[in-house]
Amino acid sequence: MSRETAVPGLEKPGILARARQWVGPQPLAQGLACAGFLLLLVWLGQNTAQTMARIGVTPGFDFLSRAANFAIGEGVIPFSPGDPYFRAILVGLLNTLKVAVLGCVFATLLGVLFGVAGLSGNPLLRGIVRLYIEVVRNTPLLLQLFFWIAVAKAFPAPRQAIGIFDVILLSNRGVFVPSADPAALPLSAWLLGLVLVGAWVALMLVVRARRWPLSVSIFATLALLGALALLPLLGGAGAFSMPELKGFNIRGGAALTPEFAALLVGLSVKFSAAIAEIVRAGIQSVNRGQWEAARALGLGPGRIMRLVVLPQALRVITPLTTSSYLDLIKDSSLAVAIGYPDLVSVINTTANTTGQSFEALAILVGIYVVLNLFASLLMNIYNARVALRGGVAR
Amino acid sequence: MSADIDAGLVRPPLRRFSPARVFYRLFGTPLNAAISLGVLLALAFVVPPLLRWALWDATFSGTAQDCAARSGACWAFIGNKLRFILFAFYPPELQWRPALVVGLILGLIGFSLWPRLWSARLLVVWPLVLGLCWLLLSGIVVSPRVSSNQWGGLPVTLFVWSTCFAASFPLALGFALLRRSRLGLLRIFAVAFIEGMRATPMVAILYVAMLIVPMALPGGAFLDKTVRAMIMITLFWSSYLAEVLRAGLQTIPRGQEEAASALGLGYWRTMQMIVLPQALRVVIPGIVNLAIGFLLATSLLAVIGIFDILNAARAAAIDPQWLGFYDEAYLLVGVIFLLLCTAGSRYSRWLERRLAVASH
Repeated sequence: MSRETAVPGLEKPGILARARQWVGPQPLAQGLACAGFLLLLVWLGQNTAQTMARIGVTPGFDFLSRAANFAIGEGVIPFSPGDPYFRAILVGLLNTLKVAVLGCVFATLLGVLFGVAGLSGNPLLRGIVRLYIEVVRNTPLLLQLFFWIAVAKAFPAPRQAIGIFDVILLSNRGVFVPSADPAALPLSAWLLGLVLVGAWVALMLVVRARRWPLSVSIFATLALLGALALLPLLGGAGAFSMPELKGFNIRGGAALTPEFAALLVGLSVKFSAAIAEIVRAGIQSVNRGQWEAARALGLGPGRIMRLVVLPQALRVITPLTTSSYLDLIKDSSLAVAIGYPDLVSVINTTANTTGQSFEALAILVGIYVVLNLFASLLMNIYNARVALRGGVAR
Repeated sequence: MSADIDAGLVRPPLRRFSPARVFYRLFGTPLNAAISLGVLLALAFVVPPLLRWALWDATFSGTAQDCAARSGACWAFIGNKLRFILFAFYPPELQWRPALVVGLILGLIGFSLWPRLWSARLLVVWPLVLGLCWLLLSGIVVSPRVSSNQWGGLPVTLFVWSTCFAASFPLALGFALLRRSRLGLLRIFAVAFIEGMRATPMVAILYVAMLIVPMALPGGAFLDKTVRAMIMITLFWSSYLAEVLRAGLQTIPRGQEEAASALGLGYWRTMQMIVLPQALRVVIPGIVNLAIGFLLATSLLAVIGIFDILNAARAAAIDPQWLGFYDEAYLLVGVIFLLLCTAGSRYSRWLERRLAVASH
């Protein structure tokens, strides 16, 4: 294989030689196979074009700027019938991203919690966690979503809404949660937030330069997020909006539609079980002897976890969690089955109303491929850092 | 010794059950006592209402009116609708056929789970049995014919799952070998196919089967919805299976291939006699786990309106006579999936231990 490079010659192998090496043996047969496959694609494409001509659809992406005459239940940005199709698709994409990002956050929080609880020495707690994980993992996500949407629709009318500590109100019109209005925040809160973020960035640079342990950055990041979450308190009552019952309806707060709430809960629960298993496997992958050795060195349980176990466990946990996140993004497409207007649902409506199903699905697949590449790129960067921090080359 | 226990080679000595030890582990330290009390408190809130719903206040026989009169679960609904949930719209007088299919497929799987029976024979038995199932369901040999639009319930779930999984195997093997081969042009084709498929959600693949495949067929040709879905699912699953197989191929050192080629074996014989037997063995537990995931994923057929068992259960609960007994219907389907998948994952863990011990 490396005959050319092994012998020291006057010239390096040229670009042609390298290309031939890349193609490998039997280029002719390979070329024929590829040509055959391309012919198949062309044939299928021609059939599609003929069908489109027969049903009177012009191929192309012109339909994107035409008016879409349907309504979308909810969206991060406003949409009204008559807006162009590309805006409808953008609304769907943002809806997908919204539920996927929040789902990843909640699934991680729940998953770490259950993963650690599953390792508890208490048999009762361990048993309950085991049962939860088995039931959640071994039933289909779609079934769970049907269950959650049935639960969300079965909540009482707003007048009898179920309150959870009077902070969250559950009703059949949706789930009402407290919200913070960024516009009502005082300047001081914004400034303090900026200072905090700046301090965090500075600390991260020091961590990098001094090669401080990973745990410092984790704790600093958690502290930053906690502080940012508390910032609206500075604005007093004005910046916060609590949901409360007024007359026949609920005012204030932010309303999550039943569909969104069901999808978010379903995805978080389903993937919390997967992440819990990953966390458990990661922690268990660290040899028992290391716990004992660290204890012999006089480290307490907290420091053993932070300094010895976690850095090694993260190397197992990170790549597996990445693929869980990617699965979560893809599985958010089940939204279409419970009526949440995600990307797939909007694309489906677009395909049905325009007849341009080929183009619409091509857009859909393209977007998901890009999303996946982007997410795995981000996690690969993070993974490389985790892997290198321990000083062990992969 | 302790290392042997960790590796699962030796069972730890059995400790006799002692109430004192259990009590200590539950309440020995303040933290443990607090955790136990918390869990017990939570159980006390959840379990009694659940039991009351499922047993005490439940209706076990009668009509929807009887159920409406009581506040608990309506098991009478399951009793009345069980046949519909299991077989959906398959003509009632012919339902022995799907019932036989369920038996055949479960038998086929039970047969394949036994490591003693693993041999090339399986490569013949699987297509034969699945082909027989196809003939039975469609009624090509035993008239009358039943259109695949009328198939439904558990047989559809099991048939689509096992057929697509079996059909994806040779494809996946091809893609995995291509991805590891030195054939640059074909390798990049395999990489593009695998990564593209794996980046796409299954729902999108099903929509392609619904909307694009009929357009791409030559004029006049027509395929049933179920067949189209099965073709696309096979392609989709083969990309996942290919990655699992590739992981197995990667565990075999390249030196073995080189040694085989030094002995004068060609590529195919090397693969068939040396690499694949070892590589497949490594990934069997992974394949079983993948199969469990696929079984759960077949429920997505409901999205394109195929009456798999989940969709049949939902349809049963929209029957005007028995409107709204979703909880009972979903519980039944959930239990069926839970039983099948839990058994599968137990088997996978058992197999992993067995293979680990056998290779020592």
